[in-house]
Amino acid sequence: MARITAGVATSHVPAIGAAIDLGKTGDDYWAPLFKGYEFGRKWIEQSRPDVVFLVYNDHASAFGMDLVPTFAIGCGDEFEPADEGWGPRPVPNVEGCPELAWHIMQSVIQDDFDLTVVNEMTVDHGLTVPLSLMFGQPAAWPCKVIPFAVNVVVYPPPSGQRCYNLGKAIRKAVESFDEDLNVQVWGTGGMSHQLQGPRAGLINREFDRDFLQRIVEDPEGLAKMPHIDYVRQAGSEGIELVMWMIMRGALNEHVNELHRFYHVPASNTAVGHLILVNS
Amino acid sequence: MALDKPYEDIPGTIIFDADMARRGYYVNQFCMSLTKRENREKFKADERAYLDNWKISEEQKQALLDRDYNRIMSLGGNVYFLAKLFSTDGQSFEQAAASMTGVTREEYRAMMLGGGRSPEGNLYKGQED
Repeated sequence: MARITAGVATSHVPAIGAAIDLGKTGDDYWAPLFKGYEFGRKWIEQSRPDVVFLVYNDHASAFGMDLVPTFAIGCGDEFEPADEGWGPRPVPNVEGCPELAWHIMQSVIQDDFDLTVVNEMTVDHGLTVPLSLMFGQPAAWPCKVIPFAVNVVVYPPPSGQRCYNLGKAIRKAVESFDEDLNVQVWGTGGMSHQLQGPRAGLINREFDRDFLQRIVEDPEGLAKMPHIDYVRQAGSEGIELVMWMIMRGALNEHVNELHRFYHVPASNTAVGHLILVNS
Repeated sequence: MALDKPYEDIPGTIIFDADMARRGYYVNQFCMSLTKRENREKFKADERAYLDNWKISEEQKQALLDRDYNRIMSLGGNVYFLAKLFSTDGQSFEQAAASMTGVTREEYRAMMLGGGRSPEGNLYKGQED
């Protein structure tokens, strides 16, 4: 049977991708950030997943305003990196896992989560930056990836509670898949950041530290936090943190925290990173 | 009944909600077109002519031509879509955000390196720093 073994949370700031692609990871500005991912890079060598279920948001790349799915699951064979205005990132194409993706789609829709099926789409920095942070710059990504896009661009995004409950349904779906697969669920985006308006640059360390603690210890309570708290406290783009709740919902109630990292800044953003394994 | 907007008392922030999404539909779809290299080249060759192909109001067009990001966001533009425009200009998110806060890129970067904009005084209108 397939099983979910671990969850990874990480920010997915586009400038991190640019720093990797342009060979700037050793610069004074970037070195402290990449140091925070060294543990994860070593850990994932030992705990190599067969499939990563990667929760991210599309930033007006695959989805324009013509189509805004709240939850979209990538069921295709392959996904190419998107051109976000400066040409596609020089990273490998992402190999999908259609068998498991379609299985999850069928299972969670029957559990009342109405997903949109996407067979063809490009994937932007929201998906490729986490892969780069965890796997570096290989010629091909070392595992299959199921892209799972959440709308956090058009208000309202799904609630933290909805995301948390969806994570539980995804776990049930994975555990009913016959093939013996090691599956990790990654939740990406955040932490506090605001990219727009006179309040741009907002960073709320206290909120972020509390979120990092509660998502480990008290996810049920954290799930109840309303949108307005994310937006007010963590910035208009800090709302991306609801995506971490899908990852957390897919894990056991009790988890072992292997790694925690927090760093300010990456461009406009506070970077948070967790590695959690089912205990 | 009007849409509930509990976020209207947050200072310096435009939430891209249903009203803004309707108002800015063609602005954002124009930005989306810039994800294709050939469109970026056409736009750069004659910005005004390229914009005239879209159902965008004169006020919105002027804000786009001026790269007045706060203005265009107040008229329905969304920052992730506008990112295609400032990327076309060769600008980063950091540079664009600096322009929205009225400081230079260096000043903005220094603020971020110093831990970012403090939440203190920036969570409710009337308390801005």
